[in-house]
Amino acid sequence: MNAQAPIEAGPLLEVKDLKKHYPVRKGVLQRVVGQVYAVDGISFTVGHGETLGLVGESGCGKSTAGKSIMKLIEPTSGEINVAGKRIDNLSRGEMQSVRRQVQFVFQDPYSSLNPRMSAGDIVAEPLRNFGVAVRSEVRDRVAEIFAKVGLRREQMDRFPHEFSGGQRQRIGIARALALHPHLIICDEPVSALDVSVQAQVINLLMDLQQEFRLSYLFIAHDLAVVEHISHRVAVMYLGKIVEIADKRDLFGRAQHPYTEALLSAVPVPNPRAKSQRMILKGDVPSPIRPPSGCRFHTRCPYAVERCKAEEPKIREIAPGHHVACHLRGPDA
Amino acid sequence: MTATALEPTVAAKPAEGRVRRVLRRHPKIVIGGTILLLIALVAIFAPYLATVDPQKVSPARRMRWPQELYWFGTDMMGRDVWSRTLYGTRVSLVVGIGAAALATVGGLALGLITGFIRWADAILMRIMDGLMSIPAVLLAIALMAITQASIQNVIIAIAIAELPRVTRLVRGVVLSLREQPFVEAATAAGTGLAMTMIRHILPNTVAPLLVQGTYVCASAMITEAILSFIGAGTPPIIPSWGNIMSEARSIFQVGWYIVVFPSVFLSITVLSVNLLGDGMRDALDPRLARRM
Repeated sequence: MNAQAPIEAGPLLEVKDLKKHYPVRKGVLQRVVGQVYAVDGISFTVGHGETLGLVGESGCGKSTAGKSIMKLIEPTSGEINVAGKRIDNLSRGEMQSVRRQVQFVFQDPYSSLNPRMSAGDIVAEPLRNFGVAVRSEVRDRVAEIFAKVGLRREQMDRFPHEFSGGQRQRIGIARALALHPHLIICDEPVSALDVSVQAQVINLLMDLQQEFRLSYLFIAHDLAVVEHISHRVAVMYLGKIVEIADKRDLFGRAQHPYTEALLSAVPVPNPRAKSQRMILKGDVPSPIRPPSGCRFHTRCPYAVERCKAEEPKIREIAPGHHVACHLRGPDA
Repeated sequence: MTATALEPTVAAKPAEGRVRRVLRRHPKIVIGGTILLLIALVAIFAPYLATVDPQKVSPARRMRWPQELYWFGTDMMGRDVWSRTLYGTRVSLVVGIGAAALATVGGLALGLITGFIRWADAILMRIMDGLMSIPAVLLAIALMAITQASIQNVIIAIAIAELPRVTRLVRGVVLSLREQPFVEAATAAGTGLAMTMIRHILPNTVAPLLVQGTYVCASAMITEAILSFIGAGTPPIIPSWGNIMSEARSIFQVGWYIVVFPSVFLSITVLSVNLLGDGMRDALDPRLARRM
């Protein structure tokens, strides 16, 4: 079915210099004494039918970035375009049209489903909100979507607590799928699941991508999962993107020292393989007072004086391969 | 999926079986509910339970001890205490349930507003804090002092005094619910604010509200008795338990039975309501037990 799909010009999602700062308030008068730089100027694109993996340690701002795009969190600044239309300045009401195109799958399949609604009602909620289906047809539409995600029609009347974790996440995916969106933002959709169930859900997401030509922004901290599902991968560190590249380039020829360290931490399923782990010193610095210059210089084994003073710009060092590091690239 | 084979066992049980299981596991609901039902029947059928007009004065038969004709004796004006106590049940139940309903509805509305609207929260909750700093009984007395004595006013006064506690409870539940991912998911699915409240917030406040409602009911009954006892509540011509006790206070040494019967009724009623509330709390949400 992909053959007939028109070739759209330009990316489906384009994020430019997205920032989300949280004010830190103190004292009786709640004076603003600082900012948490949760997301501090990130730019990336997601093409039609493409999966962009967004990886990073916990607390690096990847979930905040995902939620800002859907305006579940109001971004501080930046430009967000969906299919060429700017959406970051839309009001809550105007966002409704965007929500038909962009949907969200949540991390926790337990708390993201209302315990007092049946599975069928949960999936029907977006359909009812947008009046997509006539009242009498809603059940059939929901049953259709249930079949797509590998759930049975009879399960529509059950409540979330009667499902397993993997099945619950299927309900969450069904809810995101109900409106036939173009882009689904998946916020660590499998990190709360068992490994065996993770594979089922990942494969389901990939099958759905094939069938509906979906684009995914796939947020995760598990590199093995990201390698499996993504076409391109972006690595985040302390609110900044440090490297974006095609999956093959990133996993084969990682340029940024932080990416190198992350990759070396992936366990290899061969007990005799010689591991050359690159152990990082220290902890992630506080996003309230990020380090000067390159944010990674406090933990980078290759850091030089320049890294402390000057913040590296993200540059394209090879076609499609962007890195923010002074030590990498043609002039380094 | 491998789990499918096991699923039929967790399929919904017939409703009757589930109700019965809950009741067996929570005997407090059965005991409290049964006593309360009996008391409610007494209130409804008071005229048919060997009673006479509770206001009928017969000076010739004053201060009779409990005996064959006057089961609970007669008071200093020769009124039948049995009849007065039974009719008093009506006052207590009406005030208890009325105040509980009013405080619950009002508290729910205020709790939803304060939980969702930040600026309203700041103003309304300071007012609630102010109300809360005055003991409920004192506040009810003060409110009664500026109005006329009538059952409606007693209900309203007690409901206002109980309002802050209910508001606080609902606000707390709303605040924790609105941070739940499923509420965020509703926004992502395009559900508006009003619909989110109705579909996702309200149903989840029912259980704690129901429990709090029974506690308000019990405490309203006690407050009503206190108000009547000190002469600031139900008008003296209506036989409420507080009024009966109040009138008998001065002749306590000769006719203590007049005080004892309504107090026993009051204690049993309040106890049954509290038992019912405890049972419901345990049945509806075991985690709630720690919060209250």
